[in-house]
Amino acid sequence: MKPLIEVRGLRKDYRRGGDVLHAVDGVDLALMPGESVGVIGESGSGKSTLARCITRLERPTSGVVFFRGTDVTGLSDRDLRWFRRQVQPVFQDPLTALNPRWTVGRLIAEPLKIHGERGAERRVGEVLRDVGLASELMTRRPRDLSGGERQRVAIARAIVLRPSVLVLDEPTASVDMTVRRALLALLKRLQSEHDLAYLYISHDLRTVGETCSRTIVMCRGRLAEQGPTAAVLNSPRHVYTQILVSAIPRVGGATPRGGRLRARPLPWQGTSPDSGCVFAGRCPRALPECAADPPVVEVTPGHRAACVLAGRR
Amino acid sequence: MPGLRIEGLCISIGDRDVVRAVDLHVAPGACAGLAGGSGSGKSLTALASLGLLPRPARVRAGRILLDGGETVAPDRDRTARVRGSGIAMIFQSPRAALNPVLRVGHQVERVLRRKGRRGDLRQRCVELLGTVGLLEPDQAARLYPHELSGGMCQRVLIAMGIASEPRILIADEPTTALDVTVQADILDLLDDLRARTGMGMLLISHDMSVVAERCESISVMRQGAIVEAGTTRAVIDSPRHPFTAELVRDLTHPPGTGHEAGG
Repeated sequence: MKPLIEVRGLRKDYRRGGDVLHAVDGVDLALMPGESVGVIGESGSGKSTLARCITRLERPTSGVVFFRGTDVTGLSDRDLRWFRRQVQPVFQDPLTALNPRWTVGRLIAEPLKIHGERGAERRVGEVLRDVGLASELMTRRPRDLSGGERQRVAIARAIVLRPSVLVLDEPTASVDMTVRRALLALLKRLQSEHDLAYLYISHDLRTVGETCSRTIVMCRGRLAEQGPTAAVLNSPRHVYTQILVSAIPRVGGATPRGGRLRARPLPWQGTSPDSGCVFAGRCPRALPECAADPPVVEVTPGHRAACVLAGRR
Repeated sequence: MPGLRIEGLCISIGDRDVVRAVDLHVAPGACAGLAGGSGSGKSLTALASLGLLPRPARVRAGRILLDGGETVAPDRDRTARVRGSGIAMIFQSPRAALNPVLRVGHQVERVLRRKGRRGDLRQRCVELLGTVGLLEPDQAARLYPHELSGGMCQRVLIAMGIASEPRILIADEPTTALDVTVQADILDLLDDLRARTGMGMLLISHDMSVVAERCESISVMRQGAIVEAGTTRAVIDSPRHPFTAELVRDLTHPPGTGHEAGG
């Protein structure tokens, strides 16, 4: 099977004054049809920039994004139209992502209108049912909806054109736990009914653990670790991933107090090293050899970590 | 009875009770959890203990006692004394809770001054910022909120919260806006402060995993009422109320095991 989306050597730099921030710094990944891949990491690790480059909301500085084998990196907005039908973003906060003055019906119909689809009314009703919203909500505006309902509208808008990929950037971060569970169940159902592939960005490792078959760990723009979700979360090999995993709350404080693995805090202005492991400055187990670029160690097939300690135990 | 005790608290808006007959107890040095979804009345209950209910919400019935004395009295001076030295509170959005145009050190000093501290306020402020784990606290004091990360802002707010050595700290979703690693660091800090000072803590969160990790007891709130309360073990291991059961599902096994292969 060929990947739907393939990313090679993706890089995105932001310039501020004389400084260059490597928000995404050489990322490779592949997303297969119908698959869910989780992207985890702290805030500022480049997860959202990666999502914005893949959905072509940003133009990458270098590197290539292929969709079904076609390079979409350099396409103009007009040439991107077919790609945008296929790859749809869903953002964290529907209150800012949805036009507050539009009704639910108009919000969901907009993509159909942009792409010149007929029979919008029937399709909107269909999609509304599909995401579990009552048709009475059609005339409401975003502020009259609950957080969960708003995110369902955002999802409806994303699937109305029958895409093959959703890029979900923290889709459940703005709702509480019971609503989160309902949204995750909805995403799971939509995935199997419509054969959708998900790139699922989240800092909530528990949610990623429940949703994704494969997981990618990002640290300061680079891939620290990737592999089957169970392997990454249950036997993480990169020290950075180990720190992320040990921060997951556990019932009754399963981690002995004070015994948790912690990153060293950075002083106010952290500068990115030119070479070597990007995590070394904060790594509690850093070694002299971390000043050189870390080797990518394949621990088990498909489970890779870019850490000198990954091969040792 | 030492600590914070809420008895039969009813809060109404107009003629509708939005919080109904809530009982809670936070013993000195203990950490009590209050869990529930948004709109369940958790925050209103917390705000009532400080006399900070937003209009038109009001306490219709019940009592709130701190070390045996009523916290919220008709007389405003007394309420002001309870805030801070008796009960302090930290909130969900640390950046929004700080004044954006004042250096954070200045804001901590203002709290100290209001609580009647005299002498070298700057030195005490720097001490406090060090206590909450800010690196180079003397430099940190000179920064503005926008120069700090969310986690650092929350540390500053915690410093302001503990500046007047409260007996009870109410933490309302203290880590909801933060990264998972920063969340763990902040919760560790709160645990630490509690162990060091003997203050009691009420930890409010919609995230059952946070409450279950940090608290000795849990009260679960739904639609304005407490539907279940008990020790953490009892609530997690054998929830009685279906809503609690829903909240604690998936909590007892580690992440990464909930996924069926291929899905």
